[in-house]
Amino acid sequence: MRGSPCRNSYLWLALAGMLLTAPAAADVKFAWIDPLSGGAASAGINAQKHMTYLIDRLNATGGLNGEKVVLLSYDNKVDPQESLIALKKALDDGARFVFQGNGSSVALAITDAVLKYNERNPGKEVLFFNYAAVDPVLTNDKCNFWHFRFDADADMKMGALTDAIAKQTQIKSVYLINQDYSFGRAVAAAAKKMLADKRPDIKIVGDELHPLQKVQDFSPYVAKIKASGADTVITGNWSNDMLLLIKAGKDAGLKVNWYTYYGGALGSPSAIGKDGLGVVKQISEYHNNALPELDPDVAAFKKRFTGKDDEFGYYRLKTTFDMIAAAASKAKSNDPVKLAKALEGIKVNTTVGEAEMRADNHQILQPMFVSTWSDNVKFDVEKTGLGFKTDVKLNAKDTALPTTCKMQRPA
Amino acid sequence: MLELITFSLLNGIVYGLLLFMLSSGLTLIWSMMGVLNFAHASMFMLGAYFSYQIARYIGFWPALVVAPLLVGVIGAAVERYGLRHAHKHGAVAEILFTFGLAYLIAEFVVMLWGRNPIANTVPAVIDFPAFTLFGTSYPFYKALMMAISVGMFAFLYLGFKRTRIGLIIQASLTHPHMVSALGHDVPRIFVLVFAIGSALAGLAGVIGGFALLTEPNMAAALGPIVFVVVVLGGLGSIPGALIASMVIGIVQTFAVALDYSMLDVFRVLNVQVARDSPLYEVYSIKIAQAAPIIPYLLLVLMLILRPKGLLGTRET
Repeated sequence: MRGSPCRNSYLWLALAGMLLTAPAAADVKFAWIDPLSGGAASAGINAQKHMTYLIDRLNATGGLNGEKVVLLSYDNKVDPQESLIALKKALDDGARFVFQGNGSSVALAITDAVLKYNERNPGKEVLFFNYAAVDPVLTNDKCNFWHFRFDADADMKMGALTDAIAKQTQIKSVYLINQDYSFGRAVAAAAKKMLADKRPDIKIVGDELHPLQKVQDFSPYVAKIKASGADTVITGNWSNDMLLLIKAGKDAGLKVNWYTYYGGALGSPSAIGKDGLGVVKQISEYHNNALPELDPDVAAFKKRFTGKDDEFGYYRLKTTFDMIAAAASKAKSNDPVKLAKALEGIKVNTTVGEAEMRADNHQILQPMFVSTWSDNVKFDVEKTGLGFKTDVKLNAKDTALPTTCKMQRPA
Repeated sequence: MLELITFSLLNGIVYGLLLFMLSSGLTLIWSMMGVLNFAHASMFMLGAYFSYQIARYIGFWPALVVAPLLVGVIGAAVERYGLRHAHKHGAVAEILFTFGLAYLIAEFVVMLWGRNPIANTVPAVIDFPAFTLFGTSYPFYKALMMAISVGMFAFLYLGFKRTRIGLIIQASLTHPHMVSALGHDVPRIFVLVFAIGSALAGLAGVIGGFALLTEPNMAAALGPIVFVVVVLGGLGSIPGALIASMVIGIVQTFAVALDYSMLDVFRVLNVQVARDSPLYEVYSIKIAQAAPIIPYLLLVLMLILRPKGLLGTRET
């Protein structure tokens, strides 16, 4: 007889749990698939906080067409296989909108899976919102109607960086150093092509590829850069590969400007510190000093999440949510197909300027900033006392590139 | 050219000495106690984090002493309360124990300091140029790193060859029963060895922390290369570890400077290789691209050709 009250209480607990956690049937479910464990977890955890904040913000203004939005999180460890399992779970849980950002290999797996799923399940279509995977192929050869990218692709970012370089007449010779894998090679190829177009007088004095995240000591590479006489380095390196490179450059007294993709990525500012002052440049859609005052949502986010690493670095996610909300009210429906059609060509005003979703390849066009790491700023990042300062602002239209996308649209 | 060679040599030596700092403690523990300590690089990491934290309160120089001592105390506790019990169940239990410990330490670090690299930059008191070479100033902390590494070598080499305690330690490894019969406390000697080995790793961590990046994955990133050093140098040989570290440091550094590939060899031999030939991709890999893999190549070759390592006295 002892067992029964116990069993009863479990039952009650389970019931209470269901009432507390199970979303009401009418809720719109946003499935977010990104790393919550493993080496890339810090980026994932940071992005998840963005999602939480933005969903609360959306629900505070009535959600999507009056329906509440709920977040379902799935850990994928940046692994394409794990991501497909997570996607399956998300679909079983009733999600029709999938968010993912970390890793183009993951994004490619998801976009393929979503395309197949939608072909086989008419009437139950799913949309894929990619907010950070930048392989150009996703909006070119491998584009499809269900995928929307809210980040500038690697080529667009290189376009912006080379535009900034083209304006600096004192730049005479450029060294390329990148990680030896598809992304690093793509960065090197884009840099060579675009510099040849925009500034044929600039000499490419080095084109280095090094193993991905294996190098502990970059001083030999820096010695080579120094010997080449380069005045500027372009690198797509991220995480340790970029931080150690800049550290080694500082130790060797290397006097170059670093044009980076990820100089402002989460964790980089703390690690670079004063070593990169005045020389580390990054390309991004926002930074804390992009406007005279902090963007109100950036300020509100920092008030809610107060840790050292809690930066609102995915400003584009805010634009993502604004576009989705605008498309939902334009379509007067939360149906994925109608919403996708409404998203095509939609324009929203962000605090840094107008952003547009291209209809031909589902690539966002948004203002971009090339900025320099500086100690003379109003707003710092990661509580370092240092921050980025705008060199060049590019308008959304100027970041557009031709596309090879041939999209099949649903009738 | 002379400038590039000079700096490459200097960079190679500095990197080699950093590797020696890291691996000297490991070779000590491995040879003396027969324990393959997977948590050794974790002790290095703890040294980096401790010194960062301690230096904020009492300054860099005291932290340089206190942090390694603290890591040494942790090492002693690990041996006394963990490893000693695992030891009874054989070598596999020991390896698994240190393996698990490495994960525990990494998670502990994540909990206290977070997943991202911490802002462990060169402390202001040692952030000045040591000397100027070809118009380039050389940072003092790298010179300090070299000095500490050389000091470590002298301490270990003389300590074991020339002092009484060194002789007892050596004796208790091969003949523990005889040593304890002579009235020495063998378990305590083991604790001492493990503590010294850990403290040396901690000391390496203090300097390595800002020379590299202080982040929770640093132990995992450095672990493999440290084993390479120990195997190349020969188990238990302190001079061997020094030579192996220098060889790895210098070979790797110079390899990066070599932009040659198999294609250049073919060109010299006057052999035509078409762009669409099946192995073109392999031929076009430059030595520089493969540089960080060279130590592992050396490891594999050494194990095939001379399993006891450069100066080792017994088989690995």
